Amino acid sequence: MRYIDDSVVMKRMKTRLNKNKSWKALFLTGTLFALLCLVILLVRIVTQGIGYLDWDFITSFASRSPERAGIKAALIGSIYMMCIIAPVSMILGVSTAIYLEEYAKKNKINDFIRMNISNLAGVPSIVFGLLGLTIFVRALALGKSLLAAGFTMSLLILPVIIVAAQEAIRAVPKEQREASYGMGATKWQTITRVVLPAAIPGILTGSILALSRAIGETAPLVVIGIPVILRFLPDSLLSEFTALPMQIYDWAKRPQEEFLYVASAGIIILMLFLVIMNSIAIFIRNKFSKRY
Amino acid sequence: MASQDLRNGQSIQDLIAKSRNRKGKKITEKTMPILLFIAAFISVLTTIGIVFTLIFETFEFFQRVSITDYLFGTQWYPFSGNNPTFGVLALIMGTLKVTVIAVIVAVPIGLAAAIYLSEYASDRARRSIKPVLEVLAGVPTIVYGFFALTFVTPILQQLIPSLKIFNALSPGIVVGIMIIPMIASLSEDAMSSVPNSIREGALALGATKFEVAIKVVLPAALSGIISSIVLAVSRALGETMIVSLAGGASPSFDFSVTGSIQTMTAYIVQVSSGDAGYGTTIYYSIYAVGFTLFIFTLIMNLLAHYISKRFREEY
Repeated sequence: MRYIDDSVVMKRMKTRLNKNKSWKALFLTGTLFALLCLVILLVRIVTQGIGYLDWDFITSFASRSPERAGIKAALIGSIYMMCIIAPVSMILGVSTAIYLEEYAKKNKINDFIRMNISNLAGVPSIVFGLLGLTIFVRALALGKSLLAAGFTMSLLILPVIIVAAQEAIRAVPKEQREASYGMGATKWQTITRVVLPAAIPGILTGSILALSRAIGETAPLVVIGIPVILRFLPDSLLSEFTALPMQIYDWAKRPQEEFLYVASAGIIILMLFLVIMNSIAIFIRNKFSKRY
Repeated sequence: MASQDLRNGQSIQDLIAKSRNRKGKKITEKTMPILLFIAAFISVLTTIGIVFTLIFETFEFFQRVSITDYLFGTQWYPFSGNNPTFGVLALIMGTLKVTVIAVIVAVPIGLAAAIYLSEYASDRARRSIKPVLEVLAGVPTIVYGFFALTFVTPILQQLIPSLKIFNALSPGIVVGIMIIPMIASLSEDAMSSVPNSIREGALALGATKFEVAIKVVLPAALSGIISSIVLAVSRALGETMIVSLAGGASPSFDFSVTGSIQTMTAYIVQVSSGDAGYGTTIYYSIYAVGFTLFIFTLIMNLLAHYISKRFREEY
């Protein structure tokens, strides 16, 4: 005796299987659409900007005529700014992560610090710009300088670095710490000689990714009031400067069509910068990261 | 073997006692936690700095402009000579238009990508597609803004002839593209953490993959998915460069998406890149607008946190 009528089952399954197939195609389309956007964006910018990209573009200063406009001041300014952001944000971020992971007891203050960091990560970058304008540019009288912008950007990416460093430190197994204590090492010795060396690849990867975010960030720089057309390079921490995204923003706003191509060329430089940084991060992750 | 002598005549006990009494080490052990705590406290100081800066300067602004005019006014003409009006609803309207369009674009596509990656894609496909999506998330917003202004707007103008050069539609769509990876990646994480045993149970009962995804995995991962959407909304609210470049600078309190708009963030950029003298009403207005924006995003972030904590299904 047959309990199941095959034809009925097939009849009912058929619509459901077809539904499954068509939805799968739809989901795949969604995924491909996102990838397509990236491809269009990159192809469009490269085809627009490649013609304006030459050695003169990199080595000349900004200009009112698109033919002679260059990106030297912005490129050097961005590199200098990164030289401030990297040490400041990494020292603060890694210290915070060590404190939270190794020392912090479970109490109200430390819970508050943790909650505060996760909220800080969600504050829009333009609000950090307002903070920088009030505290660094005006109250501490640093002016529209490298230092003011560097500090502002450091605070902006601080939560990202803290979280990355926390994850890297947490991934160091407990046994390693205990072995170190067992050998008579103190807590600080254990941290500097066992935990940090093991966590450094993870910390570096996360920090470089955070830094690459700071390089592309424009809004805080606009709010701080970084100048755009500069015909000199910054010569001290307190001198004025300009940065890549700022320069691109200025070119993109101009009505002449030629400047759109100049802006594309600037974007290519910015993206190359990011690609190099991300490649370094991926290289470090693949080369040095250990699994326990 | 009471005291085993080392080569140079010291005993191990002596060495231990000596190292215990070394002063430098003791001081390091005591001071390092304090220094680290101070570093950790910088992040708290940052929040305090943000909140106090915004409150003080906003207070100064409300000395000059009435708070009810600000909160309930729908006209935002700060630069109109003798009779400026500061009705923030016009700016909020611009921000909300862009955000709603972005959500309409990003939620279906982001969720489709998340479902495909977590339920249908092979391991190999997932491992190669996910990093590419993350590249999309790493593109600087100034690049997206340029893309909106020079590529999306001209295309949309071919389709909708009445579309102005600066409008809400084009930046809305591009902000949507920008937050797709965020929704896709966080939702995929939430769906991947649903245990396989539950999927297999449903498949064994004869469900198709689609039914498993929609009726089993999606409900189980709902808290993670919704909080990813709320976080993406918060990103869209605070997005600055895309709307500054492609949105225009004429705030209006209406529902048109084809006309020029101004968002809260774009107003702050407009004032900052011009020369609003320190101490003028316009100067203080950017803090009031910044404060309003801060409140919006804070509510969104706390909401996302609450949803993911409160409604999380534990397996």
